[in-house]
Amino acid sequence: MTTDTTPARPAAPGPAPHPDPDPDLAGYALRLGDDALVLCQRLCGWITRAPTIEEDLALSNIALDLLGHARTLLSYSGQRDGTGRGDDDLAYRRTEREFRHVLLVELPDPDFAATVVRQLVFSHYAGLLYTALADCADPVLSGFGARAAAEVEYHRMHAAQWTVRLGRGTTESRRRMTTALDALWPYTDELFEEDGPSSRLDAAGTAVAPARLRDAWQRETAAVLATAGLAVPAPRWRATGGRAGLHTEAFAPLLAEFQSVHRQYPGGTW
Amino acid sequence: MTAPATPAAPDLDRVRARVATVPDPELPMITLADLGVIRAVGLAPDGAVEVVITPTYLGCPALPAMTEAIREALADCGHPDGRVRQELTPAWTTDAITPEGRRRLAEHGIVPPGPATAPLPLRLGLGLPCPNCGSAATRPQSPFGATRCQAVLVCTACRETFAHLKAM
Repeated sequence: MTTDTTPARPAAPGPAPHPDPDPDLAGYALRLGDDALVLCQRLCGWITRAPTIEEDLALSNIALDLLGHARTLLSYSGQRDGTGRGDDDLAYRRTEREFRHVLLVELPDPDFAATVVRQLVFSHYAGLLYTALADCADPVLSGFGARAAAEVEYHRMHAAQWTVRLGRGTTESRRRMTTALDALWPYTDELFEEDGPSSRLDAAGTAVAPARLRDAWQRETAAVLATAGLAVPAPRWRATGGRAGLHTEAFAPLLAEFQSVHRQYPGGTW
Repeated sequence: MTAPATPAAPDLDRVRARVATVPDPELPMITLADLGVIRAVGLAPDGAVEVVITPTYLGCPALPAMTEAIREALADCGHPDGRVRQELTPAWTTDAITPEGRRRLAEHGIVPPGPATAPLPLRLGLGLPCPNCGSAATRPQSPFGATRCQAVLVCTACRETFAHLKAM
């Protein structure tokens, strides 16, 4: 590792710095990028600890896809917010309150069932959102959407298969799935929250407001749960705050670990 | 040093031919051109030679190595200021892999992909014959393999596992 004059790392996907700053678009890409980045980091916690070698590979490959999504989206956010920050700047040089991901993706995994339920929730949300983005007017988001939707199809299949396997497995696997569903379902609402920038971008056809994907998401996840013999939870409360930078206690330790190498070797490249 | 003159067409052809031979960092039996990753070799508005590539998977960890290998090829051709630019649209699919690329993958024991528009189970290799013993009694073992683009199948006749570049 060196800390000076090494050649710049190849840029992440996307065009050169954008001449036309757009705070709505920058914020939109930031929210989606943070969702992918934080979920990636959570999934990486399973590496060497997954139930089987195939599952270890599956979760790390899914995490790798999410990292690619995060890099594309965060690079674009930095281009459109007028600061010219790169993906690494946004990943490593922000503090806890500056992250805009939903709380769902930062929650710790008490067991594998919780990971499966979260993957079920998030992959079906992301699949619908990225598929819709493929047809939006913004060229970077549509290019991202087309490619990412194809990748997420495998994440959906992975999560759905595990949901059915555990739901229809043993008394214990079923108990754990039910516990995870009850614990995580209050966090699903935040994915579809209405906000001004998303609505404006949606109205202009530039991007897609997640709010209008909620019905399709409910249908799709309910179908998987029905196959698994599991009930769709009906939570009496809902979590919120992540999109405003208000996070749970679990996020600060995750971020500290994620940023530790960058802090230890500022400016380091490999 | 004077600014390089705009390269003549024969020079661009030479650069194109050289770039076409750069191997994929993770699947070195196949070139980036045969993988369908090289979109264009041309001149940027400022006169520099520019290679446009499209990522296979957005998180493919081989992207920096690909970019570096292409830059080295450009430098070999006398264009140390050559650039590599990524373009996401249209998205890469395994349909972009050339017949030569498919032949080379198969030669090295990686069963090449079918059509990217097939239903998902077929894209994961359902029904593929075993490359080791030819038996049709194979089944998908895991949709995720040694690299992001591969799936693992197992042959129930010879009991060997084998890799398949899944259609996408």
